[in-house]
Amino acid sequence: MGNSSIFFGIAEIGYFVAMMVYIAYFVFKGDYLGKVATTVTTVSLLSQTVAFISRWVESYNMGIGRPPLTNLYESLVFFVWCLMFGYLIVEFKYKRRSLGAFVTPLAALALGFVDLTGMSKRIEPLLPALQSNWLLAHVTMSFIAYAAFGLSFAAALMYLIVRTEKRNEPAYIFWSVSGSVFFIVIFAMLLDYMNYKVIGESAEGFIKNFLFKSTFRNSSHGLTVFSYLVAIGGIFLTWRYGYVLKRIIDSFNLSVDFLDELNYKLIAVGFPIFTLGGLICGAVWADQAWGTYWSWDPKETWSLITWFVYAFYLHARYIKGWRGRKVAVVSVVGFITVIFTYLGVNIFLSGLHSYGDLM
Amino acid sequence: MTDKAKDKTSVVNAIWRFFSSVRLAVVLIALIGLLSILGTVIEQNAEPEKNVRLFKKIFGEGLASTVYRISESLGFMDMYSSWWFLMLLALLAVNLIVCSIDRLPGIRRIVSRPMEPLKEEGFGHHGINKEFTCKGSINDVRVKVATALKQLGFKPDEFIFERGVQYYAQKWQHVRYAVYVIHLSIIVILVGAVVGIQFGFRGFMKIDEGQTTDKAFSRKGEEYHLDFSIKCDDFTIEFYGDTDTPKTYRSWLTVIESGQEKLKTFIEVNHPLSYKGYTFYQSSYGPIGEENGVLVFRVKSKDGKSEMIFKKVGDAFKIPGSTLEARIMAFSPALGFNKDEKPYTYTEMLNNPAVYVLFREGRNDKYGGWIFKRYPKSWDIPDGSKLELVDNWGYQYTGIQVRKDPGVWIVYLGCICMTLGLYFAFFISHKKIWVLLVSGKGKVDIKIAAYAHKHKGTFDTNIDKAFGPLRDQVAADKKGD
Ligand code: HEM
Repeated sequence: MGNSSIFFGIAEIGYFVAMMVYIAYFVFKGDYLGKVATTVTTVSLLSQTVAFISRWVESYNMGIGRPPLTNLYESLVFFVWCLMFGYLIVEFKYKRRSLGAFVTPLAALALGFVDLTGMSKRIEPLLPALQSNWLLAHVTMSFIAYAAFGLSFAAALMYLIVRTEKRNEPAYIFWSVSGSVFFIVIFAMLLDYMNYKVIGESAEGFIKNFLFKSTFRNSSHGLTVFSYLVAIGGIFLTWRYGYVLKRIIDSFNLSVDFLDELNYKLIAVGFPIFTLGGLICGAVWADQAWGTYWSWDPKETWSLITWFVYAFYLHARYIKGWRGRKVAVVSVVGFITVIFTYLGVNIFLSGLHSYGDLM
Repeated sequence: MTDKAKDKTSVVNAIWRFFSSVRLAVVLIALIGLLSILGTVIEQNAEPEKNVRLFKKIFGEGLASTVYRISESLGFMDMYSSWWFLMLLALLAVNLIVCSIDRLPGIRRIVSRPMEPLKEEGFGHHGINKEFTCKGSINDVRVKVATALKQLGFKPDEFIFERGVQYYAQKWQHVRYAVYVIHLSIIVILVGAVVGIQFGFRGFMKIDEGQTTDKAFSRKGEEYHLDFSIKCDDFTIEFYGDTDTPKTYRSWLTVIESGQEKLKTFIEVNHPLSYKGYTFYQSSYGPIGEENGVLVFRVKSKDGKSEMIFKKVGDAFKIPGSTLEARIMAFSPALGFNKDEKPYTYTEMLNNPAVYVLFREGRNDKYGGWIFKRYPKSWDIPDGSKLELVDNWGYQYTGIQVRKDPGVWIVYLGCICMTLGLYFAFFISHKKIWVLLVSGKGKVDIKIAAYAHKHKGTFDTNIDKAFGPLRDQVAADKKGD
């Protein structure tokens, strides 16, 4: 394997370390920890940048010659790059580090998914339909927008944690359940990874044969039941002691308006880019390749639904003057649709999109 | 007004109010969204069995076929072109138009309202407020303020009163229309789509290599005749290295109209051909058997002369400059070798065409072997000449998607408008600024009020930057004191 995979390996380990340091910083504070977290993230990002460029060069040496943005693996990795780059900009601009504890797990989830599914990392030749600059623009811009949405998701989640008081409030229940499910999924996948070291399967095969096999889908009924109990317990504990998180965030002296504003700003950047890159460039590409700019295939339809959700966010905020909790919920829902558009459609729904078989 | 007329206007009013509500838009978008989700779960335009199987999983064996029949008759199997889905889109369009018309006058008022100087009490109550004192005469300060405002991109008006002067200006007020451009572009795109569906045509052409046709078939299998014919002169395919992954495939086409050749060109995936409002997209290909197949060889004799030869399976020909005669014994579209080195055809697709050629001298078989199109090493004949398999004609068909869509330009126009609208709506902001200068003894009191429709923070920083020199002067002077 070439240099790119070495540098990428460094970056990957770096991001996991950064996640742990950010979480440690979140819990224990300490400027020192914060600085370490930022440094580790920056170094990982640089390393990933080198990996990106050398992968590009490698593809030229193989006579394929194209930017590494054309299959699921490459696009997920690019998503991580955009997410961390965007995060560092936000951190630098606003001098706040606590958001890192919410953003780095997203990167970890994406990277974990890449490694767990053992999706093909080879530089593969491009099928004719994918040899298009429109596709390149489409993928690049979509992922920049997804990264912005991911950051807004983190800000929205923090906002919800800070702003909800009572345990019977719908917004409180919403964040405690969705947040804990998110971490339970990461944790269960981590267990799968440690148990099976799954590699070399297709994503569908992985999902069928391995995903959650060490926990929720274990062959032993006892373990399955136990896993569910633990998960429910985890959700319950998050719900019961969520105020601890709230207190921690409170102690950072973040203004809630700052989080609300950040959430809006990131969507205001993501939405136009998603419209142009995700919908319009995608449509032009489809038109060039197949002669239909819109065919209602599941991927397209889900992109449209994502677009609707964020359009709803903007209208609710702008026209109804909704602020805070309600729009933060919309922002979280928006990012869930993003994840579904990108992964769920491939996994659960069939489509004519070329990434269809995930390999 | 008569009662009847009143009734009428109140009905019209009610309808207008109904359609101008943003709540309706939310309901419609939510409905369209939810139905679309359903449309991604139920496979659209699929064979019935697929969805019956899905329904069996959800509703159980007993109900599945009934549920299928009902949803089929409601149009759920081809939902995006069902009347109710199109109706929802139409309602959204009406909603959007009415909503825009309803709000436009208000926005126009904001945009066209001229800027006026602010009363002194008015300072201190805007989004951005600043106040400081500056040394010097009012004329010095005026020059500096004018520069600062220019640096911010304003062309200020001036209002002179007894105690001083006020500058005021606004810019980018027209970006207030940008959201209307966005909304309008949605309508434009929908119109383009309707034009395409109404006046367009979409079909599939299957042309065998060497054949000519004007027939295209719609998805429902209806036959459609173009005003001209397309001939497929050749179909070629290139692979990546030794693999069977296609790199490019192309059809070499001739457009024939009233018996005349009008145009010769090729198409590839992502490079369609447009002719008289129709666009032809390379979409698929496949084998058609060997009956009409012609094999094209290039023979290079020992003395370096080369010659093209066109033959069929079973034919024989002389190798120039040699006493050898070659006979084509067999053709394989995709020849591979199994574990025991036995040749076999691994697919009917023409992934690795090869011919078996037997070379004879007089009555005696001298040697025989497979000649591959993709492997130059196989072209050498032991006597020193070369036999290259250049092409195979008439073995494949090309699948071409034909489209006529007069609406596509309208759709693209809408996309461009939307991009511009989004850019202005999100990245440019309507800004206003008032700067009041009140002269005192050897100093000038400066008050700034400013407003930004969006990006207030950036505007604030920029004002600080532009007025920095004036403020620094104050600070420097203070230090000097
Ligand atoms: C899904 C399609 C739609 C998109 C993408 C869209 C997009 C937008 C955007 C980007 C804004 C500006 C928000 C901001 O500045 O933060 C906006 C504002 C607005 N939208 Fe939409 N919109 C859509 C549908 C609709 C519909 C169906 C209606 C009404 C019936 C509507 C009514 C409005 C109104 C009234 C405003 C505020 C304009 C103003 O007064 O300045 N929109 N829209």
